[in-house]
Amino acid sequence: MTVARFWRRLKNLYNLIGTHCEKCGGYYYPPRNLCPKCRRSSRSVPFKFKGLGEVVTYTIIHSSTKDFEKQTPYILAIIKLNEGPHLTSQVICDHNDIHIGMKVKSAFRKLGEESDKGMLYYGTKFVPMGSRDK
Amino acid sequence: MRDVAIIGVGCTEFGELWDRSFRDIFVEAGVSAIQDANVQGGKIDALYVGNMSGGRFIEQEHIGSLIADYSGLAGFHIPSTRVEAACASGGLALRQGIIAVASGYHDIVIAGGAEKMTDVDVETTTDALAAAADREWEGVMGATFPGLYAMIARLHMHKYGTTSEQLASVAVKNHHNGTMNPKAQFQNEISIDAVLNSVMVADPLHVFDCSPITDGASAVVLAPAEIAKKFTDTPIYVKASAQASGTLSLHDRPDITTLDATVAAAKRAYKMANVTSKDIDFAEVHDCFTIAEICAIEDLGFVKKGEGGKATIDGMTAIGGKIPINTSGGLKACGHPVGATGVKQAVEMVLQLRGEAGKRQIDGAEIGLTHNVGGSGGTAVIHIFGR
Repeated sequence: MTVARFWRRLKNLYNLIGTHCEKCGGYYYPPRNLCPKCRRSSRSVPFKFKGLGEVVTYTIIHSSTKDFEKQTPYILAIIKLNEGPHLTSQVICDHNDIHIGMKVKSAFRKLGEESDKGMLYYGTKFVPMGSRDK
Repeated sequence: MRDVAIIGVGCTEFGELWDRSFRDIFVEAGVSAIQDANVQGGKIDALYVGNMSGGRFIEQEHIGSLIADYSGLAGFHIPSTRVEAACASGGLALRQGIIAVASGYHDIVIAGGAEKMTDVDVETTTDALAAAADREWEGVMGATFPGLYAMIARLHMHKYGTTSEQLASVAVKNHHNGTMNPKAQFQNEISIDAVLNSVMVADPLHVFDCSPITDGASAVVLAPAEIAKKFTDTPIYVKASAQASGTLSLHDRPDITTLDATVAAAKRAYKMANVTSKDIDFAEVHDCFTIAEICAIEDLGFVKKGEGGKATIDGMTAIGGKIPINTSGGLKACGHPVGATGVKQAVEMVLQLRGEAGKRQIDGAEIGLTHNVGGSGGTAVIHIFGR
């Protein structure tokens, strides 16, 4: 992604800020311009998630796109945040420990890099609950 | 609305066609479809072409104009429209063509699909395909297409006890079917062990659980049903054309193991054709990964949710089984030139329903279904065909 496109999302990616629908009370991460249930009849406001959740499903990626080559193999997972929404992120842990239902918490990490001279991406990954990682 | 028929089909070989360009392949597919339909260029009213990523694969946009031009149809100034819905681009181009004829807006329409994927390196192809997922919230986290389907597979295994052997049996069956399709990219048998021992791409999916990177093009000629017999003795009728959207991201799906766009499109298609899933004799489904075929036969209602793996390894979906699936070899063995796949599925329908499918011909097929998916399920396009 281009620098501008990434920069626009920094607040969300760094701080796990999504949206909250003032009408139905739904929580969304990634953030949404419109609540998919209430659409125009409501307003969505920014909401910072606690970053606690559990693994819904996962994979270990061995063959990646260029930006992630240096990280392979890595764990990619869908995580259900305690507030409700699901998101896609990486889980940093021993590959033998990852399992469906694993309790996890968010951690600030490098996401990827374009090339030796390109941009570094940072954002939110997840680590097992109880891990001393921050 | 008018009934619509397919009066001609054409398809290139599928594979790594190093010696042939994008132009070479779409012209070959288009010309063979037009010859098969026995129509003259001047009679063609419009062209719809499915192409996912000309911009990334061959650095060429404006594919509609290019195809009209190099097919020799620019002189007639016919409208030519590129249609994009990731891997469902072909199925959607077919649907646009059908709508154009059904509405009465056009009479003779070519619906085609073409993709040239091997002119760039594998990483570029992987990244271009990853653009079918949500770039800002999946791709940026390191998601790949095999990775997304691997997460579907992992949860399917967890919830329903589906095994790696059952996943592999999809690839084994489709490779077997591919041995009988002279246009297929892979025409060799493989074993369950070969799949399980192949390189891991995204656990639990091995490289033999994945459809390949493919060059290829396919085309059909559409006409109003009432005049179809002027062109051919064996028109194949479009009984239903349905399309549905789902969430772009896999993580937003209510059930990760169900492509609810497939469920919705199937419901519409069955209603339109006035049939149920039990009436379908055979189908070409979107097996971009082995797990995708298992989800497809469940979501289309051919088996109960969770039973797709067992049904496949038990032979229910083999040629000669209760409902043959992917007689062409599917995306797995016939190959998956993303923009062409949805149209190739229709070509297989026509060959089977005409009785021209050669060694892979199935007996007594009357009603067939095609199922083409964009991304991890953001778009589903389903067509039902009959004699």
